[in-house]
Amino acid sequence: MHETDSSSEPRRDFLATISAIVVGALATMGPLVVSATALVDPLRRRETSDAMVLVTKVSAIPEDGTPEKFTVRMDRVDAWATDANSPVGAVYLRRVGSTVTALNVVCPHAGCFVGLMDDRSGFACPCHRSSFDLEGAVNDPSSPSPRDLDALEVEVRNEDEVWVRFQNFLPGREEKVSV
Amino acid sequence: MRQLLDWLDDRTGYKGLVKAALYERIPGGARWRYVWGSTLMFAMFVQFVTGIVLWAAYSANAQGAWESVYYIQNEMLGGWMLRGIHHYMAQVTIVLLVLHLMQVLIDGAYRAPREVNFWFGLGLLGLVLALSLTGYLLPWDQKGYWATKVATSIASMTPVVGPSMQAFLVGGAEYGHHTLTRFFALHAGVLPAGIVLLIVGHVYLFRRHGITVPESKRDKPDGWFWPEQVLRDGVAALIVMATVLALVLWSGGAHLGAPADPTEPYAAARPEWYFMFLFQWLKYFPAGWEVVGAQIIPGMAALLVAAMPIIGKWRLGHRFNLGVAASMLFGISLLTWIAYQEDGNDPAFVEAKAKSDSIADRVHELADSPRGIPAAGGLAMLRADPLTQGPLIFEANCASCHRVDGHDGLGNIPEDDPSAPDLWGYGSREWLAGLLDPDRVTTPEYFGNTDHVRGRMARFVTRAIPGFDEQQQADLQKVILALSAEAELPRQADADAAESADIVEGRVLITTETVDCTRCHTFGDVATGDVAPVLTGWASREWMVGMVRNPSHPLYYADNNDRMPAFGDEGILTEAEIGLVVDWLRQDWVGAPGVR
Repeated sequence: MHETDSSSEPRRDFLATISAIVVGALATMGPLVVSATALVDPLRRRETSDAMVLVTKVSAIPEDGTPEKFTVRMDRVDAWATDANSPVGAVYLRRVGSTVTALNVVCPHAGCFVGLMDDRSGFACPCHRSSFDLEGAVNDPSSPSPRDLDALEVEVRNEDEVWVRFQNFLPGREEKVSV
Repeated sequence: MRQLLDWLDDRTGYKGLVKAALYERIPGGARWRYVWGSTLMFAMFVQFVTGIVLWAAYSANAQGAWESVYYIQNEMLGGWMLRGIHHYMAQVTIVLLVLHLMQVLIDGAYRAPREVNFWFGLGLLGLVLALSLTGYLLPWDQKGYWATKVATSIASMTPVVGPSMQAFLVGGAEYGHHTLTRFFALHAGVLPAGIVLLIVGHVYLFRRHGITVPESKRDKPDGWFWPEQVLRDGVAALIVMATVLALVLWSGGAHLGAPADPTEPYAAARPEWYFMFLFQWLKYFPAGWEVVGAQIIPGMAALLVAAMPIIGKWRLGHRFNLGVAASMLFGISLLTWIAYQEDGNDPAFVEAKAKSDSIADRVHELADSPRGIPAAGGLAMLRADPLTQGPLIFEANCASCHRVDGHDGLGNIPEDDPSAPDLWGYGSREWLAGLLDPDRVTTPEYFGNTDHVRGRMARFVTRAIPGFDEQQQADLQKVILALSAEAELPRQADADAAESADIVEGRVLITTETVDCTRCHTFGDVATGDVAPVLTGWASREWMVGMVRNPSHPLYYADNNDRMPAFGDEGILTEAEIGLVVDWLRQDWVGAPGVR
């Protein structure tokens, strides 16, 4: 019964062919559509919090203008788990005179964690050698980063509390686009 | 396009493959009765697709399994349908497998030269049952947890290798993270791989031997697999799919019970319906005979079925086989029927089922609340719920003296009279009004069966209050409002806010002439009496927790404490347990009026 010879190919019944295709498609459509819907579910969950969050006290930042890394904690819902005061990222805070500036630690090139150089003269990315000065500006023409480190909005409240609007931005583009 | 396809065919020969797959000659023509194998292929396809998407959202660990399934079920778009299809298609697959097997037996399609293919089919049946068993555990809810425990316990009873086999399956001595990772590896990796291999072998041998055509149909003209038989297969697949979708819509999707809890008995533990006969079967074997009932006899039955192609060679072999198959089917149906009959007529089971359903509903309510599921997981969430845990703690520790609304916390009325106040609504205006009612303060509802019935409080209420004039009565009402506001009961928050002016007045009246609570009690910075419990923050969470922790503390009854143990200081209850019973008495739980 094992027929592969083309000469034995049957006469095609057009109606049966079309019906078989339609019926087969109908039967498989249900599970495929439901599966695809569930699979793209994350696409409708793009909202991220951009509320101001208390990071530290001004007095905890070095007075001499050296940036210091601080962990940012906020309430987070990670899929099913609601986690209060969960570490969500980090910022470099820097004090110059009475103003405090904040930089997201993530490199705008490809998303690595940017480190402070040993001599504290600027930031260097351990992945692809992007380098930035203490203000976060790209300071090397050969740096692959398309933009400066991402500055974040800072507010000093009640004299000593440092509040930061913590946001992440899409890597690899010249303009800042928040995630 | 044509050129491209020709190029591809030249390099791969795919056209030949497609032809071989589609243009199979069917002796006697395409027929409806040949659809069963194809419906099973379709079912497998659906299980693979939905299974992989479920996999993409599932977390195999003891603090993430139930939680991720909850998320799939309730948060993901179409997640409940996805899980529902996977769940019901698994059950429909079992039905289709049995139909397929029955047809093969009736047609005698297992006889030479098709013995090996028959065994492949039996292997597939075994793998599908193993998939059902492993899949039942993955949601890590009470039902799956306790039902699967029975299965692995049976494995542990195997002579000699049993304990090692159980540890191997379960990933250690106890159920835990590794039970899930291992069951998941079986369910999503090993078993599906086995299914694919056996299906390839099954279909290959089927093509090699061809369809078993009944004698009567052999003279009809040949038909073709494509499109005639495919059309019939497609219609059958569509009916299967429609049935599954109908089941999903009718049931609202697969059930998800409360998270697995090794400390919480689960009397409603039952396997899926297609294993119920084994569940019932096991009831008939006394202690020590489980291996016979659960392993040896089913194993022999499976061997007998596997031997059918050989038995079938004898003159009466085929009839014998049919007789065996019919008896087995009858026996299985009968056992299944008895199992459901017994459960339905067993009040204990019906009650356990209702209880497990209500806990499951509560867990869903908690998870759905703005507080959500904590990182510690669904079980931790349930254990921190005053509504379900409070009554249990109250019944075990408080109900020997106290009551709530006349009962012991679980709805039972104990025979002995209460020897301490009824605590339902403690802190509320109604409760306080009762305490300050000359007719009620000396009843068992309040101080009736305590030392305090002879104390200064009872004396004040029974002697002074009846003589109050209208103005004094009005003042007393304001004192009640002010004191009750100290409790900060969530369900009274609106009323407290609405009557804040009276409450401010009442706070002053607490310390002044007419009512003058501060003759004995401390209130705020007025501490003239200081011989009775402090009224600052009276019946607030903090106040009540302190009271339960140690009623003889100077802030509370000090030397006047009547028999109440120091539940916290004596280590009878943990701080968390005291908090749970207090929150329950204060009606401060997710979903209660006034609670965020």
